[in-house]
Amino acid sequence: MIAFERASVTYADAPSPVLRDVDLHIEEGELALVVGRTGVGKSTLLGAINGLVPHFTGGTLSGRVVVDGRDTRTHRPRELADAVGMVGQDPLAGFVTDTVEEELAYAMEQLAIAPDVMRKRVEETLDLLGIADLRARALYQLSGGQQQRVAIGSVLTAHPRVLVLDEPTSALDPTAAEEVLAAITRLVHDLGVTVVLAEHRLERVVQYADRVIEVHSDGSVSSGPPAEMLATTDVAPPVVELGRFAGWHPLPVSVRDARRRAGPLRAEMAGRTVAPPPRSAPRGRAGTLLTARKVVVRYGTVVAVRGVDLDLRGGEVTALMGRNGSGKSSLLWALQGSGERQGGAVDVGGTDPRSVPPAAARRLVGLVPQTPADLLYLDTVAEECVQADRESQGGCGLGARALLDRLAPGIADGIHPRDLSEGQRLSLVLAVQLAAAPSVVLLDEPTRGLDYRAKRHLIAIIDLLASEGRAVVVSTHDVEFAAAAADRVVVMAEGDIVADGPTAEVVGASPAFAPQVAKIMAPLAYLTMDQLRCAATAGAP
Amino acid sequence: MAGPGSLRSRLEAGHRLPRTLHPIAWWIWALGLAAAVSHTTNPVLLLLVLGVLGLVVANRRSDAPWARAFKYYLVLALSVVAIRVVFRSVFGGDVDPRGTTVLFTLPHVPLPSWLAGVQLGGPVTVDGTMGALYDGLRLGTLLCCLGAANTLANPKRALRVLPGALYELGVAVVVSLSVAPQLVESIQRVRRARKLRGGAHRGFHALRRVAIPVLEDALERSLRLAAAMDSRGYGRTGSASPRTRRLTGVLMITGMFGFCIGAYGLFDGSALAVLAVPAFAGGAVLCCLGLMLGGRHVHRSQYRPDPWKAPEWSVAVCGVVPAVIVIGGVGAGAVGLNPSTDPLSWPVFPLVPAIAILIGAIAAFVAPPPHPPAGVARPAGPTQNVARHPGRPRPRTAGVPT
Repeated sequence: MIAFERASVTYADAPSPVLRDVDLHIEEGELALVVGRTGVGKSTLLGAINGLVPHFTGGTLSGRVVVDGRDTRTHRPRELADAVGMVGQDPLAGFVTDTVEEELAYAMEQLAIAPDVMRKRVEETLDLLGIADLRARALYQLSGGQQQRVAIGSVLTAHPRVLVLDEPTSALDPTAAEEVLAAITRLVHDLGVTVVLAEHRLERVVQYADRVIEVHSDGSVSSGPPAEMLATTDVAPPVVELGRFAGWHPLPVSVRDARRRAGPLRAEMAGRTVAPPPRSAPRGRAGTLLTARKVVVRYGTVVAVRGVDLDLRGGEVTALMGRNGSGKSSLLWALQGSGERQGGAVDVGGTDPRSVPPAAARRLVGLVPQTPADLLYLDTVAEECVQADRESQGGCGLGARALLDRLAPGIADGIHPRDLSEGQRLSLVLAVQLAAAPSVVLLDEPTRGLDYRAKRHLIAIIDLLASEGRAVVVSTHDVEFAAAAADRVVVMAEGDIVADGPTAEVVGASPAFAPQVAKIMAPLAYLTMDQLRCAATAGAP
Repeated sequence: MAGPGSLRSRLEAGHRLPRTLHPIAWWIWALGLAAAVSHTTNPVLLLLVLGVLGLVVANRRSDAPWARAFKYYLVLALSVVAIRVVFRSVFGGDVDPRGTTVLFTLPHVPLPSWLAGVQLGGPVTVDGTMGALYDGLRLGTLLCCLGAANTLANPKRALRVLPGALYELGVAVVVSLSVAPQLVESIQRVRRARKLRGGAHRGFHALRRVAIPVLEDALERSLRLAAAMDSRGYGRTGSASPRTRRLTGVLMITGMFGFCIGAYGLFDGSALAVLAVPAFAGGAVLCCLGLMLGGRHVHRSQYRPDPWKAPEWSVAVCGVVPAVIVIGGVGAGAVGLNPSTDPLSWPVFPLVPAIAILIGAIAAFVAPPPHPPAGVARPAGPTQNVARHPGRPRPRTAGVPT
């Protein structure tokens, strides 16, 4: 269906090709999962399938890419629209019209499909993706998962043989991600559509994959069945790490398979004490740093946070979880003092951050927003750091530049903040905020777009902040991340706190929320691979 | 509540299913009334038009966001009247108020000689004020006619009926309309984020701090949109030869020229109708030719095109009739349409134009009712039940995800 023949892609001004001599054949009806670290060229590989690379992005393609018998050298993306459906990471950015039904029809209008056929296909697609009741709704009013399903539907109506998805679930909460993945697997199994999918959160998709394609950092590409490929890949979900650790062969890729294999391992580990996850730096200790009482945030008639009480202690890392729209961000912004707050009180060291000017509030509570780039506006990293120091006079002695070197060593002064990777940009913004030396640090969904390595690095940074006695709150959808990073988990739903307690209790107790290791090792209380490794070495004779 | 046997219930239960009327029909109706309005300053007729607009809007608007805009047009119309009257009083004082009734006198400021013709202050007369009032009312009613069209017809759907040659223009407008709220959202987000860095700056620095991330955001989003549109086949067909393109251009420009002259002549009233009508018609024909020529190379289909059936014809006629009768001056003299303010006299009630305007109100009944609000009238089917309870387990084709 898709054939890469000695394909290489080189962007202008790049010293080396992003993809080098790729030979790849993806058969019809396969679900191929593209894995690799951030920035290795996964998106380039996906874009090459429908000709966006190089027709739209620029760069040079040597060798050839043939899709459904059409060569992308001679066929531009628009001419492949009926063969390849392309869905990007942010569905809202790709919408052309404003209602669901019109969006589904858009591609067909461009292909000049007859009106009666269009009507029929739109109805079929609405049912196929379970979005029939949304047909007349405005696109921007939909939830993230609904938007992503509409985006998939809007390319499906053209009846493509290939569907290409670039991180379709990265911005979604677990439930919405399941909706989307269920829709995708149904397409593969019922319609035989070939799907090529890139995803950071492998634990969500790897069990559905028929083939894993790994893009290496030198631009070469290898592919094979998931169990074989994952034995050696650079990135691996916890279930695979567990399989590697236990030396299972063939490697299980789903929790179900792993659980069936894990009987002996569970028996072996049964008697040992489960230590809390090891930390790269010991937790600092300080008393309660922030007290919030009856915090209310409302936008018009919508109540985002309804009377929440929360205490944050120094040296404690709290994960704030809950589905999209449950009030996590609103609560964080209200705690920082910059966001709306209609009722209740927040107290940080005797001061309400809302009652002081923003410059003083950031010395009390530092917040890294969901899109960290919003805070950056200068041309180089050095300028941003200097500006941050100027803004935080009266902060700690350590400048932003020194902080950045501690968080993410090796970022050059002259580089433009936009050219940094997601993880580096997050570190820069965190350094900017830490320059004011706040005792409470809030991170709003920092794990978006981070690969496993970057997440491990972020956990080390969070350990560092906690070891200095700061209170850290991380809002996240990522159960694995929360299990590895947090001491305490707070779950929100519809503006209320519905669960608040130690990570092992909150996360381990719920079947939906539990991390993969916990699901495999239950009833033993292991949450992460690190815990398991520690227990294994400690318990070894 | 109408009884089961009444005409209304029979109409709404039977062949008059709720649907949206073709947007062009609403525009013809509204522009017809607007053309009639532009030829009269008789406040009785103008208020009658406002009444007709109000009735039709109240009866036939949907519950979409744009359909709630009519009241803003009414407010705008009122402020136009107020501004017109105030300006007339301040700048248009009568120097020689003999034979008229002076309401009050504002202090008169002498202006230099090169500003001859402009008065600042002076006596304010009844007939001057009434003249301004009539004039303002006419302008305000005109605005309300356009407002009614915007309220009754989805502006984006109206763009969809653009001929193939102008399709790109329509897409550009639709995209920019959807980008505007995103831009506002982006500005709000960045401004809020600015506070996190202290945000004490004012003036140019503050602007730069907000503008750069917002513009970067907008640029990135438009690139992604362009990639998405390209991937979905936008611009797939249609490449005209340079000669055809030139010919289309010439036809369009000449046509628009004639169209504008003709429209000016028709709506001004003092121009020669002999010249205006052929220019208008000729311009329209040339424009149509140009659009047809340009559209010949575009192969695209339209999803659920709005039909043009009897209700569309009826609504259009309801708008054209008042325009023809008022512009033609049928059944009313000059005094009937434009009552004298110098000397001031009571406006007469010209029966024929009034009836013609009332014909415009029939649109409220011949147009099909709009779609009922989503979720009220549609019974919940099985799919809806599932979707409303996202937590409910659904059959899956693949293994249970972990």
